[in-house]
Amino acid sequence: MINRVYQLIRPYSFSVKYEEFLIKNQDTIVVRPHYIALCHADQRYFQGNRPSKILQQKLPMALIHESCGVVVYDPKGDYQAGDTVVMIPNQPPHHFQFGTEFYENYAKGGYFRSSGHDGFMREFVTISRDRIVRYSAIPDKVAAITEFVSVGVHGITRFKQVAHSRRKRLVIWGSGSLAYAVATLAKEEFPDSTIIVVGKNSEKLRLFSFVDEVYDVSELKDDFTFDHAFECVGGNGTQDAYREIIRHIQPQGTVIMMGVSELEVPLNTRDILEKGLTWIGSSRSGRTDFEEAVRMMEKPQIHARLNLIIHESHPIQEIQDIYHFFEEDTVTPFKTVAKWDI
Amino acid sequence: MIYAGILAGGTGTRMGIQEMPKQFLPLGNQPIIMHTLEKFLFVPDIDIVYVAVHPHWMTYFDDLLAKYIPTQREKIRIVAGGEDRNDSIMNIIRDIQTAGAVSDRDMLITHDAVRPFVSYRMIIDNIHAMESGNAADTVVVANDTIVESIDGKTISSIPNRTHMYQGQTPQTFKINSFVQLYENMANDVKKTLTDACKVFVLNEEPVVLVTGEYSNIKITTVTDLKIAEAMLGESVQ
Repeated sequence: MINRVYQLIRPYSFSVKYEEFLIKNQDTIVVRPHYIALCHADQRYFQGNRPSKILQQKLPMALIHESCGVVVYDPKGDYQAGDTVVMIPNQPPHHFQFGTEFYENYAKGGYFRSSGHDGFMREFVTISRDRIVRYSAIPDKVAAITEFVSVGVHGITRFKQVAHSRRKRLVIWGSGSLAYAVATLAKEEFPDSTIIVVGKNSEKLRLFSFVDEVYDVSELKDDFTFDHAFECVGGNGTQDAYREIIRHIQPQGTVIMMGVSELEVPLNTRDILEKGLTWIGSSRSGRTDFEEAVRMMEKPQIHARLNLIIHESHPIQEIQDIYHFFEEDTVTPFKTVAKWDI
Repeated sequence: MIYAGILAGGTGTRMGIQEMPKQFLPLGNQPIIMHTLEKFLFVPDIDIVYVAVHPHWMTYFDDLLAKYIPTQREKIRIVAGGEDRNDSIMNIIRDIQTAGAVSDRDMLITHDAVRPFVSYRMIIDNIHAMESGNAADTVVVANDTIVESIDGKTISSIPNRTHMYQGQTPQTFKINSFVQLYENMANDVKKTLTDACKVFVLNEEPVVLVTGEYSNIKITTVTDLKIAEAMLGESVQ
């Protein structure tokens, strides 16, 4: 069949590539994307906010790694045409062994869709059987951000394995989409803990009605403290966030680093040593994180909360709508999704 | 029920290759018709995909299916193509009627086998168009000025381009509506019909427009095939 792949060929410029695909083995499933969601990483490619060498290496490339879709063909028949699934953009190398202490999302030799490999902006996606997860009780536009939620799940999984057992006060640092998703998950996962959010944007902070304490970073008192932190800031604000976290965190606390910064970030290592802190880098996610994300998101209170940070843009019915989608995302405070109707 | 009908009754004389109907020529790694057929098989809303094939080529086509699409045979039915386009469509409809009762909502999405660049979106839009009418035609705005010449030597008229569209496929209609109109037409009128939508237009029945795409080319000439190969370009595996 001739498939259409909508690629970013250079910043601010999309083009369609016609690509023949043949279903070569019984493990390949064909999925029609239904809803897509934008990530900062996609926006950085679209706007050309990556080093020019990276852009030269990676483009042309189809963007988007957050999508839910509908199965249209499964050669084995495990999935029926019409089954709704979320797609996992991470593809570990063939030799990767699951079920060990190592995570698929850090394995060398794999690839990630929309980072050096075509993402989900296609008419149809051919994908391995183990790279889709079925869902049923999640609204489609919320299911579109499952990958994003699974990144939060992965951060919490890392935290549960590493952090010491005093978890009375947990802080989520940031007021954006990732902070919101992590706070939503943490509230569910740690019902006995006090869940605290610290951010800069008071408008956004108002949305965190379900957490126990919310602070504007400028109002923090010297005696403000917590046991562990999830850093969900990224970008230019990362340095300030780390400085404040180190200042307020209790000794031997764990910091889960989740925000992406293009720049190197100076750290107050003296105080990190003095307090005996544990720093964990956490990025992307794997199949088990997706399964857990779907399980959590099927709970009505979880998908209802996540629904609040989702802005649904116009359906994408022609290439012009793709530009509109990316541009609209720059003026929406949280996540932007759209029905993939092209 | 939603049926698709891939029309592959032609014998390929316009390609200058007498032996091989054009829909069986390779494009990339597959015959053109396999690309077209697979696109319809990947639309979950469609229950059965019919293929109307010239009687001489039915066995050949069956063998191609076994080779290229061995797993979805239960969703595909092959019928003999007729003398012209509407004759092939009627052969498909007769087979549908033989299999069981046809309701007034049942539709047939007809499509040229030699338009492999049809998109999922166009097919879905054709299905949705049946909510507002009994027939739909996929079209693109005419970019070239259309001129009419009755004698083939001089222009007799130049229609207003803003009202001109070029017809593509899919063309979709409610089966019972089509049968009722078509069977009431005189035989000499039937012979002048070039497509299914004209059956509705001549009977003053509205035909809904569905937006097509310029990439949805019809591979009729050697030049068309070269353009199609260029469109696939280096992405052919």
